[in-house]
Amino acid sequence: MDLFHNLAIGFATAAQPANLLYAFFGCLLGTLIGVLPGLGPLATIAMLLPITYALQPDAALIMLAGIYYGAQYGGSTTAIVVNLPGESSSVVTTIDGYQMAKQGRAGVALATAAIGSFFAGCVATLALAALAGPLTATALLFGPKEFFALMILGLILASVLSSGPFIEGIGMVVLGMLLSLVGTDLNSGSQRFAFGIPQLFDGLDFVPLAMGIFGFAEIVKNLEQDDKLSLVTQKITNLFPTREDFRRMVPAMLRGTALGTLLGVLPGGGAVLSSFASYTLEKKLSRHPEQFGKGAIEGVAGPESANNAGAQTSFIPLLTLGVPSNVVMALMVGAMNIHNIHPGPEVMTKNPTLFWGLIASMWVGNLMLLILNLPLVGLWVKLLTIPYRYLFPAIMVFCSIGVYSINSGTFEVYEAAVFCVFGYALIKLQLPAAPLLLGLVLGPAIEENFRRAMVLSRGDATALLTSPISAGLLAAAAIAILLITLPTIRARREEALQE
Amino acid sequence: MKGLAIRNHRAFASGALFVVFAVFFFATALQYPAGSAAKMGPGYFPRLLAIVLAAIGLVVMFGAMKPAADRQTLRKWDLKGLAWITGSVILFGALLFPLGLVGALFVLIVVSSRASAEFTWIGALTNAAVLIVLCLAVFVYGLGLPLPVWPSLLN
Repeated sequence: MDLFHNLAIGFATAAQPANLLYAFFGCLLGTLIGVLPGLGPLATIAMLLPITYALQPDAALIMLAGIYYGAQYGGSTTAIVVNLPGESSSVVTTIDGYQMAKQGRAGVALATAAIGSFFAGCVATLALAALAGPLTATALLFGPKEFFALMILGLILASVLSSGPFIEGIGMVVLGMLLSLVGTDLNSGSQRFAFGIPQLFDGLDFVPLAMGIFGFAEIVKNLEQDDKLSLVTQKITNLFPTREDFRRMVPAMLRGTALGTLLGVLPGGGAVLSSFASYTLEKKLSRHPEQFGKGAIEGVAGPESANNAGAQTSFIPLLTLGVPSNVVMALMVGAMNIHNIHPGPEVMTKNPTLFWGLIASMWVGNLMLLILNLPLVGLWVKLLTIPYRYLFPAIMVFCSIGVYSINSGTFEVYEAAVFCVFGYALIKLQLPAAPLLLGLVLGPAIEENFRRAMVLSRGDATALLTSPISAGLLAAAAIAILLITLPTIRARREEALQE
Repeated sequence: MKGLAIRNHRAFASGALFVVFAVFFFATALQYPAGSAAKMGPGYFPRLLAIVLAAIGLVVMFGAMKPAADRQTLRKWDLKGLAWITGSVILFGALLFPLGLVGALFVLIVVSSRASAEFTWIGALTNAAVLIVLCLAVFVYGLGLPLPVWPSLLN
């Protein structure tokens, strides 16, 4: 079987001592930032991007991926123990996880989350390996029209699924695309929106933008709300779920894994959406919906499996189609570009060891996380006692050094300062920043494919609708817009996305 | 102007922000040749996007004035916190070459710490000492990043 042959290549790469070390480092760091509220995988990956220059490309990607899915584990730990979601994807885990902790079953809840995540991680790794081939083959049939339509669909879905009104999300996407046009136009070689500043000729780098918005501005916001942590300092004993627990959590894990695997692939999907969807599903299917919110184990098992599955399968559109489905994946595009790898169907054929090595490393990483998390829960919880006033200067330091290291120049540092103010304005206006970053990353490719498609059709825009694939993708985007503007669905979406 | 009062100030300001950016990008893009749909110049796509953004901005602004719009006010800015944080980043950029990494980090940490309501000199200075040692160990000696460690005068 091809699949096993490929996985064998992957495991051979992932098992190299250096790669194992970086996978471990990524998972450790991911858990750490997952535990710490106010610091997400996004800012961390942005911070570490410039530093990965020095690494081999496969080691760099393996580490960054580890941070992303490691954060899913860490986030659930604090959600359960202190009712504080370390990550937005573990928001729903606080509902029943914390209730279980209050009933003295914190250990069981943590074990459920870890086992669910591990199981989901294994399934998602297999799904990733199995789907990669067929999807890559499909992508190779795509021309400029189809890629244009696919990216439009991705951006629309991402705005539909972001918080706040849909139209404002789309506005942020378009604004991001406009910002992406800064720099040299590849077709004509002329400078656009650079105003004679040489550092802008290569375009607005997204790392200073991401750090300004998700690093610095976020700190200003966090400092405004002085919420004192009230730790439930109880000894965590009895990690093992009972037979009855197992009977209830296994079906929830299976459903959560399936749902997360599917929703992760969807453009705009990923860990957050998967966990919310899974919680809703479990509550709907349960024979005891009244137990939800009072420590139902399904409410932990389902979403925790779903968010980890979703986090991993969101790599599928990135690695096969070259389309990042969420902001973290958009940063992975940046990481790949640093090493001169262009995400898309060619990755699998041109860099098979990197491609399969990354996939295999996810399974290895999940195993590490299982070992890392359960025995060390106490240590992670202790970390929460570090006051924010010592933590945020550390974030400032790492962000600033990271921004400087992009080009070993201070221009990017000032750029990040500007985007700090801009990001703070966005927070105050409650405008979502994630669609902006996606627009920024996808903008150049959209323009390129749009222009090529128009050249091929001699300027006839209806050509976009005559190819069945692009017409289908654009129709799906139109349906998504129609659905979101229907009043009943709009109300339910607001309910679901409310945090 | 009966019935057209701004009800949702937050959305209105958001829409206005979109329009301002759209006008800025459109006006700037006028300098670049647009070409035709079949042979687009560098100005075609920016103009197209700017028009879309302006339209979205106007829709958001009008939505904020509809009688059915939610009542939302603008949130207050914490200008002091923003100034300490942004200022510390700018200072880091300005001082990195003249003072070197150690000096620039010290300023960055102490100035940004002022943004916290629980600021104490002892806490900030201790934190600075710990973080500077950590950074030197990780970034300079560990990863070997090309950073100027000491003031340029000493070199």
